[in-house]
Amino acid sequence: MNTFAMNTTIKHTIRGLAIWTAAWLVSTAMAVFGPTFLWGSNTLLSAFFILINVGVGVGMVMANIRYILSVDEMLQKIQLQAMGITLGITLIAGIAYSIADITNVISQDAEISFLVILMGLTYITASAILNKKYK
Amino acid sequence: MKNRLKVLRAENDLTQADLAKRLDVSRQTVNAIETGKYDPSLPLAFKIARLFKQQIEQIFDDEEDKAG
Repeated sequence: MNTFAMNTTIKHTIRGLAIWTAAWLVSTAMAVFGPTFLWGSNTLLSAFFILINVGVGVGMVMANIRYILSVDEMLQKIQLQAMGITLGITLIAGIAYSIADITNVISQDAEISFLVILMGLTYITASAILNKKYK
Repeated sequence: MKNRLKVLRAENDLTQADLAKRLDVSRQTVNAIETGKYDPSLPLAFKIARLFKQQIEQIFDDEEDKAG
Protein backbone atom coordinates (compact mmCIF):
# COMPACT_ATOMS: atom_id res chain seq x y z
CA MET A 1 0.00 0.00 0.00
CA ASN A 2 1.50 3.39 -0.94
CA THR A 3 1.50 6.30 1.51
CA PHE A 4 -1.27 8.22 -0.20
CA ALA A 5 -3.45 5.10 -0.07
CA MET A 6 -2.47 4.51 3.58
CA ASN A 7 -3.31 8.09 4.62
CA THR A 8 -6.58 7.91 2.71
CA THR A 9 -7.39 4.62 4.45
CA ILE A 10 -6.63 6.09 7.90
CA LYS A 11 -8.80 9.16 7.19
CA HIS A 12 -11.55 6.90 5.92
CA THR A 13 -11.42 4.65 9.00
CA ILE A 14 -11.34 7.67 11.38
CA ARG A 15 -14.40 9.10 9.63
CA GLY A 16 -16.12 5.71 9.87
CA LEU A 17 -15.28 5.43 13.56
CA ALA A 18 -16.58 8.97 14.22
CA ILE A 19 -19.86 8.21 12.41
CA TRP A 20 -20.39 4.90 14.25
CA THR A 21 -19.54 6.51 17.63
CA ALA A 22 -21.99 9.37 16.99
CA ALA A 23 -24.66 6.85 15.91
CA TRP A 24 -24.06 4.80 19.07
CA LEU A 25 -24.40 7.93 21.25
CA VAL A 26 -27.67 8.84 19.53
CA SER A 27 -29.01 5.28 19.86
CA THR A 28 -28.00 5.26 23.56
CA ALA A 29 -29.79 8.55 24.13
CA MET A 30 -32.87 7.19 22.34
CA ALA A 31 -32.88 4.00 24.43
CA VAL A 32 -32.40 5.94 27.70
CA PHE A 33 -34.62 8.99 27.18
CA GLY A 34 -37.18 7.51 24.75
CA PRO A 35 -39.42 5.99 27.45
CA THR A 36 -39.47 9.30 29.38
CA PHE A 37 -40.07 11.72 26.49
CA LEU A 38 -41.42 9.75 23.52
CA TRP A 39 -43.15 6.41 24.00
CA GLY A 40 -43.82 6.09 27.72
CA SER A 41 -44.13 2.55 29.09
CA ASN A 42 -44.21 0.73 25.73
CA THR A 43 -41.84 -2.15 26.51
CA LEU A 44 -41.76 -3.40 22.92
CA LEU A 45 -40.43 -0.06 21.66
CA SER A 46 -37.92 0.10 24.52
CA ALA A 47 -36.68 -3.42 23.67
CA PHE A 48 -36.45 -2.46 19.97
CA PHE A 49 -34.30 0.60 20.69
CA ILE A 50 -32.09 -1.40 23.09
CA LEU A 51 -31.52 -3.93 20.28
CA ILE A 52 -30.72 -1.06 17.88
CA ASN A 53 -28.28 0.29 20.49
CA VAL A 54 -26.51 -3.10 20.77
CA GLY A 55 -26.38 -3.48 16.96
CA VAL A 56 -24.90 -0.02 16.47
CA GLY A 57 -22.48 -0.77 19.32
CA VAL A 58 -21.21 -3.83 17.44
CA GLY A 59 -20.76 -1.62 14.36
CA MET A 60 -18.75 0.85 16.48
CA VAL A 61 -16.48 -1.96 17.74
CA MET A 62 -15.89 -3.16 14.16
CA ALA A 63 -15.10 0.42 13.07
CA ASN A 64 -12.60 0.69 15.96
CA ILE A 65 -10.92 -2.56 14.85
CA ARG A 66 -10.70 -1.26 11.26
CA TYR A 67 -9.13 1.99 12.54
CA ILE A 68 -6.51 0.18 14.64
CA LEU A 69 -5.60 -2.10 11.74
CA SER A 70 -5.15 0.92 9.45
CA VAL A 71 -2.46 2.65 11.55
CA ASP A 72 1.22 1.61 11.56
CA GLU A 73 2.78 -0.93 13.93
CA MET A 74 4.04 1.53 16.56
CA LEU A 75 0.69 3.32 16.79
CA GLN A 76 -0.95 -0.11 17.13
CA LYS A 77 1.42 -0.85 20.01
CA ILE A 78 0.46 2.45 21.69
CA GLN A 79 -3.23 1.60 21.29
CA LEU A 80 -2.67 -1.91 22.66
CA GLN A 81 -0.86 -0.59 25.74
CA ALA A 82 -3.45 2.15 26.35
CA MET A 83 -6.28 -0.38 26.07
CA GLY A 84 -4.45 -2.82 28.37
CA ILE A 85 -3.98 -0.12 31.01
CA THR A 86 -7.63 0.93 30.63
CA LEU A 87 -8.89 -2.66 30.96
CA GLY A 88 -6.76 -3.29 34.06
CA ILE A 89 -7.63 -0.07 35.87
CA THR A 90 -11.33 -0.35 35.02
CA LEU A 91 -11.47 -3.95 36.22
CA ILE A 92 -9.68 -3.22 39.51
CA ALA A 93 -11.59 0.01 40.17
CA GLY A 94 -14.90 -1.55 39.10
CA ILE A 95 -14.57 -4.52 41.45
CA ALA A 96 -13.42 -2.30 44.34
CA TYR A 97 -16.31 0.10 43.67
CA SER A 98 -18.79 -2.79 43.61
CA ILE A 99 -17.40 -4.25 46.87
CA ALA A 100 -17.59 -0.79 48.47
CA ASP A 101 -21.28 -0.69 47.51
CA ILE A 102 -22.03 -4.25 48.69
CA THR A 103 -20.27 -3.72 52.03
CA ASN A 104 -21.92 -0.30 52.50
CA VAL A 105 -18.57 1.51 52.62
CA ILE A 106 -20.18 4.06 50.27
CA SER A 107 -23.66 5.35 50.99
CA GLN A 108 -24.98 5.51 47.39
CA ASP A 109 -25.46 2.66 44.88
CA ALA A 110 -22.59 1.89 42.49
CA GLU A 111 -23.40 3.44 39.09
CA ILE A 112 -21.99 2.04 35.83
CA SER A 113 -21.71 5.60 34.49
CA PHE A 114 -18.84 6.31 36.90
CA LEU A 115 -17.01 3.31 35.50
CA VAL A 116 -17.56 4.49 31.91
CA ILE A 117 -16.20 7.95 32.81
CA LEU A 118 -13.16 6.35 34.50
CA MET A 119 -12.63 4.16 31.43
CA GLY A 120 -12.70 7.17 29.09
CA LEU A 121 -10.39 9.28 31.25
CA THR A 122 -7.93 6.39 31.73
CA TYR A 123 -7.80 5.69 27.99
CA ILE A 124 -7.26 9.37 27.11
CA THR A 125 -4.56 9.79 29.78
CA ALA A 126 -2.77 6.54 28.86
CA SER A 127 -2.86 7.42 25.14
CA ALA A 128 -1.45 10.90 25.82
CA ILE A 129 1.37 9.59 28.06
CA LEU A 130 2.30 6.80 25.63
CA ASN A 131 2.24 9.13 22.62
CA LYS A 132 4.59 11.46 24.51
CA LYS A 133 6.83 8.51 25.47
CA TYR A 134 7.31 7.47 21.83
CA LYS A 135 7.63 11.02 20.47
CA MET B 1 18.70 -1.53 20.22
CA LYS B 2 20.97 1.01 18.52
CA ASN B 3 20.63 1.78 14.83
CA ARG B 4 22.15 3.88 12.04
CA LEU B 5 18.85 5.03 10.60
CA LYS B 6 19.45 8.73 11.25
CA VAL B 7 22.88 8.58 9.58
CA LEU B 8 21.55 6.64 6.58
CA ARG B 9 18.65 9.05 6.24
CA ALA B 10 21.03 12.03 6.28
CA GLU B 11 23.36 10.35 3.76
CA ASN B 12 20.40 9.87 1.44
CA ASP B 13 19.21 13.45 2.01
CA LEU B 14 15.82 12.37 3.31
CA THR B 15 13.67 14.06 5.92
CA GLN B 16 11.84 12.00 8.52
CA ALA B 17 8.63 12.70 6.62
CA ASP B 18 10.21 11.46 3.34
CA LEU B 19 11.40 8.27 4.98
CA ALA B 20 8.04 7.76 6.68
CA LYS B 21 6.33 8.01 3.28
CA ARG B 22 8.68 5.46 1.73
CA LEU B 23 8.19 3.04 4.63
CA ASP B 24 4.40 3.55 4.86
CA VAL B 25 4.62 4.52 8.53
CA SER B 26 4.06 7.75 10.46
CA ARG B 27 6.82 10.33 10.97
CA GLN B 28 6.42 9.71 14.70
CA THR B 29 7.40 6.07 14.16
CA VAL B 30 10.52 7.01 12.16
CA ASN B 31 11.55 9.41 14.94
CA ALA B 32 10.94 6.80 17.65
CA ILE B 33 13.08 4.24 15.77
CA GLU B 34 15.90 6.77 15.27
CA THR B 35 15.95 7.71 18.94
CA GLY B 36 15.86 4.06 20.02
CA LYS B 37 12.49 4.40 21.72
CA TYR B 38 10.89 1.85 19.45
CA ASP B 39 12.34 -1.28 17.86
CA PRO B 40 10.71 -2.04 14.49
CA SER B 41 9.18 -5.39 13.64
CA LEU B 42 11.16 -7.77 11.44
CA PRO B 43 9.14 -6.93 8.29
CA LEU B 44 9.71 -3.19 8.85
CA ALA B 45 13.41 -3.77 9.56
CA PHE B 46 13.69 -5.70 6.27
CA LYS B 47 11.89 -2.88 4.48
CA ILE B 48 14.37 -0.36 5.89
CA ALA B 49 17.29 -2.60 4.91
CA ARG B 50 15.95 -2.99 1.35
CA LEU B 51 15.41 0.76 1.04
CA PHE B 52 19.03 1.54 1.96
CA LYS B 53 20.37 -1.58 0.17
CA GLN B 54 22.06 -2.89 3.32
CA GLN B 55 21.90 -5.95 5.54
CA ILE B 56 19.70 -5.62 8.65
CA GLU B 57 22.71 -6.12 10.96
CA GLN B 58 24.50 -3.25 9.19
CA ILE B 59 21.69 -0.94 10.30
CA PHE B 60 20.55 -2.40 13.61
CA ASP B 61 22.99 -3.24 16.39
CA ASP B 62 21.85 -5.72 19.02
CA GLU B 63 23.88 -4.63 22.05
CA GLU B 64 22.84 -7.74 24.04
CA ASP B 65 24.43 -9.92 21.35
CA LYS B 66 27.79 -8.22 21.96
CA ALA B 67 27.45 -8.48 25.73
CA GLY B 68 26.69 -12.23 25.48
